[in-house]
Amino acid sequence: MIALLDRLGVWALNYLSRLGRATSMWFTSVAHIPHGQDMHLVLNQLHHVGVRSVLIIVLSAFSIGAVIALQFHTQLSRFGAEDAVGLGLTLTLLRELGPVVTGLLFAGRAGSAITAEIGLMKTTEQLSSMEMMGVDPLYRIVAPRLWAGIISMPLLTIIFNVVGIFGGFIVAVQWLGSDPGGFWSGMQAGVELWNDIGKGLLKSLLFALVITWIAVFQGYDTEPTAEGVGLATTRTVVLSSVVVLAMDFFLTLIMYGDF
Amino acid sequence: MIEIKGLSFKRDSRFIFQNLEMTVAQGKITAILGPSGSGKTTLLRMIGGQLKPQYGFLKYKGKDIASMSRSELFGFRKNLGMLFQSSALFTDLNVFENVAFPLRRHTNLSRQAIRDLVLMKLNAVGLRGAASLEPSQLSGGMARRVALARAIALDPHLLLYDEPFTGQDPISMGILISLIKSLSGTLNATSLIVSHDVMETLTIADYVYVIFDGSVIGEGTPREILDSSSPKVQQFINGTRNGPVPFHLDAEDLEKQLMVVEKN
Repeated sequence: MIALLDRLGVWALNYLSRLGRATSMWFTSVAHIPHGQDMHLVLNQLHHVGVRSVLIIVLSAFSIGAVIALQFHTQLSRFGAEDAVGLGLTLTLLRELGPVVTGLLFAGRAGSAITAEIGLMKTTEQLSSMEMMGVDPLYRIVAPRLWAGIISMPLLTIIFNVVGIFGGFIVAVQWLGSDPGGFWSGMQAGVELWNDIGKGLLKSLLFALVITWIAVFQGYDTEPTAEGVGLATTRTVVLSSVVVLAMDFFLTLIMYGDF
Repeated sequence: MIEIKGLSFKRDSRFIFQNLEMTVAQGKITAILGPSGSGKTTLLRMIGGQLKPQYGFLKYKGKDIASMSRSELFGFRKNLGMLFQSSALFTDLNVFENVAFPLRRHTNLSRQAIRDLVLMKLNAVGLRGAASLEPSQLSGGMARRVALARAIALDPHLLLYDEPFTGQDPISMGILISLIKSLSGTLNATSLIVSHDVMETLTIADYVYVIFDGSVIGEGTPREILDSSSPKVQQFINGTRNGPVPFHLDAEDLEKQLMVVEKN
């Protein structure tokens, strides 16, 4: 019993210690707003985590938009309400699927890459050598990746939403023959700027903060071995995905809940 | 220049160093010899402020390194050049940019001045022709020399070398030995080499410490080390298997362990 309590205590202390290090790292890095010669590092990371994620976002958004439109059309056409497909699809994408699926894809594509890259830099002593040169890796390595993630994820979410709606339009209007006027006007009448678009983008911004935080910390805190980097990369994807889904529930409750 | 007094450091329950005492003299090449796992790299990391001793202190020019603030520490490191065992070149930068890195971060020199300085440093290590190569295109010896050019980019006052001769072919080894010797003279820098390559290190060191099991077992000039009467020092520098330094870790008797008959 004492041994069990002992192990529990050690685990709790280790957990709190990691949380403390992660929080300290996040604040130190985010407080360093890149400027001057660091701006090209952010632009470089925007290319790596943002631009290189566009293809997977576009492909996923198109197929998800198409599938949702197909499902909506199949169900709504039984009641002669095909015109509502556009609105239903758009609200689903703007409020939920846009930020959540983009977050999950971002964690899998960019989050894992960030963790693996930083972890490998640690394993090959690049972070240590940077420190020894009087250059803080939190400013040179971590901050640009954090800022790139925070900037790029809402933009990727916008791309996801636009392509998803386009995918739905192709299926509902071009293929299944819904009225294009009904498709667009339902959307125009039903979508609110802040309540639907704004809150969806706010969600994606919060997901970006958490995913990039998890990704950079897992890389920075990894065991400097091949196995350690592999485990850290896996942890980034699993932890980010779970946290995004859990956060989404609570954010939806707060933003749209009717108490 | 570096004074180490009563330094103790332990990981988990095992002491890496116990009551270590050392002095690294200004402008000289000091070597720390010791077997693998004797904590030599750990000591360099403590001098660089990446690790803190549990007891005792390391002072650089009279200032305790462990009690420096974060900004003081990063300021101190601008005067420090370290050659890592793994070279630790930045894989996202080519050779030229690796050497230019500390210059770009810590000086306001013009692009032309940085370019000229980088080419001079690369020339000093014989790799001016490799400026446009990526780290992945370099051999181990070339990578070590590029890392050396980067370490001396800011003309540091203190140079730390972590196992500089490990894994080098004879030609690279000879070049590195002469480079370390000449750089120490040219820059008037204090150099600290940790190594287990005895003869190569003794050819360039002014003063040598031999450490084993967490403490200093011998010190002196290379001649004094070679003539040391300590059996441990003699066993280490001659590389003999039998002696006071055990080759095997403590374990159960081999015969007993091998001749086990399973009892049903």
